[in-house]
Amino acid sequence: MSERVSALRNRETGGSVQVRDAGLRGMITLRGDLSNSKLSSVVKSLTGLKLPARNGVVQDGDTGIAWMSPDELLVMVAYDDVPEALDKIAKALSGQHHLAVNVSDARSVMLLQGTFVREVVAKLAPVDLHPDVWQPGQIIRSRLGQVAAAFWLVDDATVQVICFRSVADYAFDLLAASAKAGPVGHFARGT
Amino acid sequence: MLILNCPYCGRDVDETDLHAGGEAHLKRFGPGSSDDEFEHYLFMRENPKGVHFERWRHVYGCGKWFLAARNTATLQVYGTYSAQSTEPPQHILDAIKEAQA
Repeated sequence: MSERVSALRNRETGGSVQVRDAGLRGMITLRGDLSNSKLSSVVKSLTGLKLPARNGVVQDGDTGIAWMSPDELLVMVAYDDVPEALDKIAKALSGQHHLAVNVSDARSVMLLQGTFVREVVAKLAPVDLHPDVWQPGQIIRSRLGQVAAAFWLVDDATVQVICFRSVADYAFDLLAASAKAGPVGHFARGT
Repeated sequence: MLILNCPYCGRDVDETDLHAGGEAHLKRFGPGSSDDEFEHYLFMRENPKGVHFERWRHVYGCGKWFLAARNTATLQVYGTYSAQSTEPPQHILDAIKEAQA
């Protein structure tokens, strides 16, 4: 069998805000009616987590659920568990309008860790990331420089970023450059 | 810079995260319609200096289409609303009236 590698091959940078590849992660794009109780119960059984509210993300280690749009979730499970999870979703939602796709190898996940992570992302994205607006547990889908990305705060010093695999190098270099350039001190409180 | 509130994810979104979709509330004239109606549906667009209703798509975010009412001259945004509206909702009309009073 072919060797399975993440797009960034465990790249990481040093510095006061570290950027590193999160490695292989199982990701399923699940579209459907999010108010459907069968959908929420199968997602709950796969992750052990409750469905997040609008713009929310719930996470337990590498397992998690992210709200992507009013009819789309990103279900994160262990990389090797994806085929089995897809089977379970197909069984639970058979006959109902839905779409579940394995996107594990189509996305890249990065972790940012350090004191001014908020600013590292804020310099690259056209969104308000002030602590009043963006708190841990809230996902934002926007851009990093030229490419689409989703990111959320795990805690005040950790951000997770998901982007398309094809632009992983660009996104990584961008974040690394932003981190290297240092803090701006724009946000009055917090990081 | 234009900032619109996406009614689907509730976020204030920058213009560069959106895709403009042209005039809103068009009535489709398809097969069976007269040539004039079809031409008008396909090509003729309002280009007002003032209040305009537009379609926008939150393309880098939740991917949903929504409608916005704004003023092309002052760039004031009166509000955004669901793409499933066939005409501007009352609260948008009220906001426009209030701004023009």
